[in-house]
Amino acid sequence: MNTSPAMLWLTIFGVGLGTFALRASCIMLLDKFEQPPWMEAALRYVPPAVLAAIISSSLFIEGEVVRVDVSDPRLAAAACAAVVAWLTRSLFFTIAAGMVVLWLLQALWGMA
Amino acid sequence: MTTAAVEQAAPLRSDMMRGFRAVAPLLPGVIPFAMVTGAAAAESGLPLAHSLTISWAVFAGASQLTMLALLEHDAPVLIVMLTALVVNLRFMMYSAALAPHFKGLPRGRKALFSYLLTDQAYLLSLPELAGAEKTRGMRFYMGVAATLWVVWQLGCTLGVLLGHGLPPHWRLEFAVPLSFLALLVPALKTRPALAAAAVSGIAMLWTHRAPAHLGMIIACLLGVLTGVVLERRRT
Repeated sequence: MNTSPAMLWLTIFGVGLGTFALRASCIMLLDKFEQPPWMEAALRYVPPAVLAAIISSSLFIEGEVVRVDVSDPRLAAAACAAVVAWLTRSLFFTIAAGMVVLWLLQALWGMA
Repeated sequence: MTTAAVEQAAPLRSDMMRGFRAVAPLLPGVIPFAMVTGAAAAESGLPLAHSLTISWAVFAGASQLTMLALLEHDAPVLIVMLTALVVNLRFMMYSAALAPHFKGLPRGRKALFSYLLTDQAYLLSLPELAGAEKTRGMRFYMGVAATLWVVWQLGCTLGVLLGHGLPPHWRLEFAVPLSFLALLVPALKTRPALAAAAVSGIAMLWTHRAPAHLGMIIACLLGVLTGVVLERRRT
C-alpha cells in the first residue's frame, strides 16, 4: 500500500465522519420536520428494497460478474431458508436451516 | 397488579435484554464477517493502528472492505472516501425512517443512536420503535445496536490480530445474507412490498455495474419507487 499513514488516517476519519453524518442526518437535523405522506410511504418500502438488493448482491454477484448458478449450494440453501422463514418467522431457525443445508450439500457433493 | 402496572414496573434492563435476544441469532454470522473484515485490513498492508481504528471510526463492514480494496490498488484518497460514502448512503434512508421516533431527544442521545445505526439495528428496531411506548422502543434499539457494536469491535480486532478469519470452508459468512433473508420474508406482507423487493433484487443484477458502487442505492431507489407507485395505484 503506497498511501502514507497520514493520508490513511485522513481517509479513515474522513469516511468515519462522513458516515456518521449520513447516519445522523435526518435523526439530528429533521427534528422540526413533519414527514410528508409520500416520504412516509417511500420509507415503508426501504426494508424490502434494501434487503432484496443486499441478498441479490450476496447470492448472485461475485465482484464484477453476475453468477446465477443453479448448482451453487448457497442458492439451494437460501431457498430452503426462505421456506423456513415463511413457515416459522424465526431468525434462528431460518439461519440454522440455511447453514445446515449448505453444509450438507457441501459434504455430499464436496462442493466449496 | 394490572398488566399495565406490571409493564411499567418492568426493570430498565428488560427492554435492552429483549433487544439483545432479538439480535442474538444474527451474531453467529456477524462475528465471522467481522473477523474477515479485520483480517482483510491486516492483510491489505494497512498499519496495525489503522486496522484497529477503522472498525470503530467507520463501523460499517461493506464500506470498510471497499476502502481496503481501493487502498490496496492505491486509489486516490478522495475516490476512496467518496466511494465508501456512496456504499453507506443507505444509512441516510435509515436515518430518515428513524428520525420521527427520536424526535425531541437530547442531542447527545441522538448522536449516540446515530453513531450506532446499522442495517440490523434499523431492521430489528423499526417495529418496536413504531409501537406506543417510545422509551421501551429506544431501550430495545440500544440493546440491539450496542450488542452489534461490541461484537463488531471484538470480531474485527480478533481478525486483525489473528490475521485471518475462521476456517473459510465453514462458510460462516453465509449466515449474514441468510439473516437478511430471514428479515426479508416477513417484510413481504403486501403486494407493493413484494414488488419493491423483486424490482430491487433484479435491478441489482444490472445496476451493480454502475460506477463507484452506486448500483445498490440505485436498485433500492427503483424498488422504493415501485412500492410507492403500486401503493398509490391501489388507493
